[in-house]
Amino acid sequence: MTQPFPFSAIVGQEEMKQAMILTAIDPGIGGVLVFGDRGTGKSTAVRALAALLPPIHAVASCPVNSPSLDRCPEWAHLTSTEIVKRPTPVVDLPLGVTEDRVVGALDIEKALSSGVKAFEPGLLARANRGYLYIDEVNLLEDHIVDLLLDVAQSGENVVEREGLSIRHPARFVLVGSGNPEEGELRPQLLDRFGLSVEVTSPKDIDTRIEVIRRRDTYETDFEGFMAKWRPEDAVLRDRILAARDHLKAMQSSDDVLRDCAELCVALGSDGLRGELTLLKAARALAAFEGADKVTREHVRAVAPSALRHRLRRDPLDEAGSTTRVARVVDEVLGEPA
Amino acid sequence: MSLPDNSVWTRVEIGLNALAVDPAGLGGLWLRARSGPVRDRVTEALGALPLPLKRLHPSIGDEQLFGGIDLTATLSSGKLVERAGLLAEPAVLVLPMAERTLPGLAARLAGAMDQGTGHCLIALDEGAEPGETLPEALTDRLALHVDLDALPYGETDPIVLEQAALAAARERLPRVRAAGKVLEDLTLLAVRLGVHSLRAPMLALRTARALAAIAGNDEVAVDDLTAAVELVLAPRATQFPESEPEPDQPPDQDPTPPEPDPEKGEQDEGESQSLDDIPLQDILLEAAKATLPADLLAMLAAKRANRGGGGSAGAGAKHKGNRRGRPIPSRRGRLETGARLDVISTLRAAAPWQTIRKQESRFERSLHIRSDDFRIKRFEEKSDRLLIFVVDASGSAAMTRLAEAKGAVEILLAEAYARRDHVALVAFRNEGAELLLPPTRSLVQTKRRLAALPGGGGTPLAAGLKVALEVAIQSKGRGMTPTVALMTDGRANIALDGSANRALAAEDAERMATAIRLQGFPSLVIDMGQRPERSLKALADTLGAPYIPLPRADANRLSSAVSAALDA
Repeated sequence: MTQPFPFSAIVGQEEMKQAMILTAIDPGIGGVLVFGDRGTGKSTAVRALAALLPPIHAVASCPVNSPSLDRCPEWAHLTSTEIVKRPTPVVDLPLGVTEDRVVGALDIEKALSSGVKAFEPGLLARANRGYLYIDEVNLLEDHIVDLLLDVAQSGENVVEREGLSIRHPARFVLVGSGNPEEGELRPQLLDRFGLSVEVTSPKDIDTRIEVIRRRDTYETDFEGFMAKWRPEDAVLRDRILAARDHLKAMQSSDDVLRDCAELCVALGSDGLRGELTLLKAARALAAFEGADKVTREHVRAVAPSALRHRLRRDPLDEAGSTTRVARVVDEVLGEPA
Repeated sequence: MSLPDNSVWTRVEIGLNALAVDPAGLGGLWLRARSGPVRDRVTEALGALPLPLKRLHPSIGDEQLFGGIDLTATLSSGKLVERAGLLAEPAVLVLPMAERTLPGLAARLAGAMDQGTGHCLIALDEGAEPGETLPEALTDRLALHVDLDALPYGETDPIVLEQAALAAARERLPRVRAAGKVLEDLTLLAVRLGVHSLRAPMLALRTARALAAIAGNDEVAVDDLTAAVELVLAPRATQFPESEPEPDQPPDQDPTPPEPDPEKGEQDEGESQSLDDIPLQDILLEAAKATLPADLLAMLAAKRANRGGGGSAGAGAKHKGNRRGRPIPSRRGRLETGARLDVISTLRAAAPWQTIRKQESRFERSLHIRSDDFRIKRFEEKSDRLLIFVVDASGSAAMTRLAEAKGAVEILLAEAYARRDHVALVAFRNEGAELLLPPTRSLVQTKRRLAALPGGGGTPLAAGLKVALEVAIQSKGRGMTPTVALMTDGRANIALDGSANRALAAEDAERMATAIRLQGFPSLVIDMGQRPERSLKALADTLGAPYIPLPRADANRLSSAVSAALDA
C-alpha cells in the first residue's frame, strides 16, 4: 500500500485530531470514538495516525509484539529473538469478522498439514501495544462487542478450546468510527471509549476547497506533497514523544481534581470513569502543550470529548449532548477567560 | 465531450468511457435498473474496462473475498492448498442485487476501496422502493450514479468503447491538470446542490480529468466539467440550487474572510484564459439543473422518512433468534434449550481436526465431534409491531366521540390480534396521562380496560404524548417496533407541569411531538373533533405523521383509515 495521507495535512477537524494525539500520548485514556457524516475524513485520519505514531521496539517474531524476550508468551514459536523497531500496529477489525479471527484459534494450517496443535493468534494479539480500528463500530455484531469489552477491560485475552488454554496480553487503544444515522452504539461500549468526537462536513467554503485541493495534490503530485508534509508529521511525532516524557512529571492540583469531579456531578455521568478520563486527557493535553501543570483551561478544552458520550440520553433534549456539555462546562468552570 | 442531446443514455456512455480510463480513481458505477436488455447493454460494455471482471453476490463470505484455505483441495490432497480471494488483485467487481448488500459487506468493500488497491465496483441495484438501495458507505465512494429504470429500450444503443482511444487517454491521464479555480467551482457547486460529502467534488474532478484525457487535452475544459457535474454531482443533489444566491455563506456561519470572494474575484480577472472568461459556475449549475430529477424533493422525503422511521440500516427493527425468520450464518454455541443445531456446519467445523483427534483419541470412532464444533442455527426476524393508542379522554372529547374512539380501538384491536401485533393503551385527561395497559396481546384485557375508561376534565395532550414516548422507547429496547396512534380533538389546555395554560400546553405538546419524531417512531394523528382542528394538523406535521380528520366518521371508517395509514 502507498503511504497514507499525512496526518498534519488534514484540514480542520481539530477536535478529532486533538483526541487522537492525546491517546497517542497516553494510551491509558482508552480510545477514541469518531461519529459523523460520510466523507469527513474519519478513515483518513485513522490511517494517517498509523503512519504518524512513533515506532515501538518488539521481539521480531513475537505474535503479540512483546517488548522483551521474557514477556513473549510461551506458546509462541519464536523464529527470531532479535529486537526490532516496527511501526505501532494499527489493526483493522472488519465488520462480520468471526470470533476465531478476533481471539485466535487453533492453527488450521498446521493441523491439516502436519497434524500438530498450534495456536494461531487473532487480531487481538496483533493489536497488542497498538491500535484496534473498527469502522462502522455501531454495526458490529453483539457477540463481538461483548468480547471486545471483556478484553478491553482486562487487557488480557484468554482462549480455551480444543484442549488449548492460552492467554496473552491484549492492551490496545480502541478507535471506532461510524455514522450515527445507521444505528446507535450500546451504552456499555460507548462508556469504554475514553474520548468521543463528532465530526461534520466543514461548512465553510474555503475550508472545503482547501480539503479538495490538498487531496488533489496528494494524488497528482505525490512526491511534492509528501516532501512538504513529511517534515510536519515529523515535528508532530517529536512533540508527541516529548509529551510522553513530560507526562510522568505532570502535576495536577486538587483544584483541578475538584473541577473534574464537579463537572461530572453536574452532568450526572455514571460511574467514575468520566472523571478519570477527563483528568488523564487534561494531563496529556498539558504535556502536549509543554505546560508545567494542568490548569482549568486544559480541562475545559478536553471536557467535550471526554464527557459527551457519558450523559444519560434525554429524549426531550433536541440540542444534543455537545451543547449540554458546553453549557455545563461554562456553568461549573465559569466563562472562558 | 459535450452532450449533444441531453439523454440519460448519452450520459451513461460518457460515464462508462470515463470509467474505462480511470476505473480505480472513479471507484465505480451505481446502476439502478431492473435486470433486462437495457441493463445488459451496460454490463456488456464492462468487458472493455482494463481490469479483470469478477462477480460478487450480496451474501459473499470473507473466505471468498479475502482468500483462505481451500478445504476440499487440502483434504483430498493432504497438502495445504490456499485460495486467493476476489479482492487479492485489482478487479472490476460486479455486484448484482446490490440493494440487498448488508452493512457488513458494504463496510468491507468500502475498506478495500479505501486501501487504494485499485478496485472498481459496479453495483447493479435492482431496488424497487426508494428506500431499498445500496448502503451509503458504498454509494458515497462510487463516482457515477445512474438510474435507468424509466429508460425504454428503444432509446438505447450499443455502447462503443474504443480501446485504442481509451488506451491513449489512460496514458495521458497523469498529465491532465485542472486549474485551481476548477476545484473551487466544483466545491461550491457541491455545496449549492446540498452535497455534503467531500468525496463528491473529488470524484467529479477525477471524472473531468478522465474526460479531458479522452478528448486529448492536457487541461480540463468546460465541457469536461459540465459532463462531470451531470454525472457525479447532479445525481447526489439534495436541494434545488436556485434558492440561494449566496450559497457560500450558510446562515450559521461567520461571513467569509475579508479577502475577495474566490469565485467572483477570479472571474473578474484573467480574461486571457479560456476557462476564466466564462461564468463557469453558471454553466455548471445549468448543467446540474438540467439533470436534476423532477421529483427530487419527493424522493428525498421518502428517503428521509425511511431513514428516520426506525430503519437504521436494518439494525433496530430486526432481532435475532434461533427459532424463526430468515436464516443467517450459524455460529459457535452451546446446545442449550431451544437452540437448534446446524448439522452441516457442525460437521464442517469438525472435519479438519479428524486426523489429530484420531491420533489423540483412545476410542476407535469414525467421527470425533467435540462441543467446540457445535454450530447453532440463527434466524433473523422482523420484530413485533406495537400499536400505542394515545386516547384523549378529556371532557371535550368525551362529549363527542369517546364512544366512537373506543369502538374504533376495539376493531383495530381485533385486527392487531389477527396480525399478532402488540397493543398498548395510554389515556390522558384532567392533569395527566396514564398507561392504562402496558404492551400486551391480550384482547380481553384491553377491551375491559377500554370499556372502563372514564371521560372528563382538561386535555393534557403533552402528558399523553410523553407517556407514549416512554412506552415506545422501552418497547423498542425489548425489540418491538412501536407506532404511536394519537386520537384527540387537539385542543390542548393543560401543560406538562399540570397548569391550565393554553399557550404553554400547546408548546409542550409541540416539544413532545418533536421528541417522538427525533426518536424516529412512526405515528399517526386522528382528529376526532367536530370539524378539523388546524393546530392538530400542525402537530401532525411536527410528528411527521399522516393526519386523518374524521368529522363524521363511524368506528368502521376510522379503523380502515388507520389501517391504511399504517400499511402505507
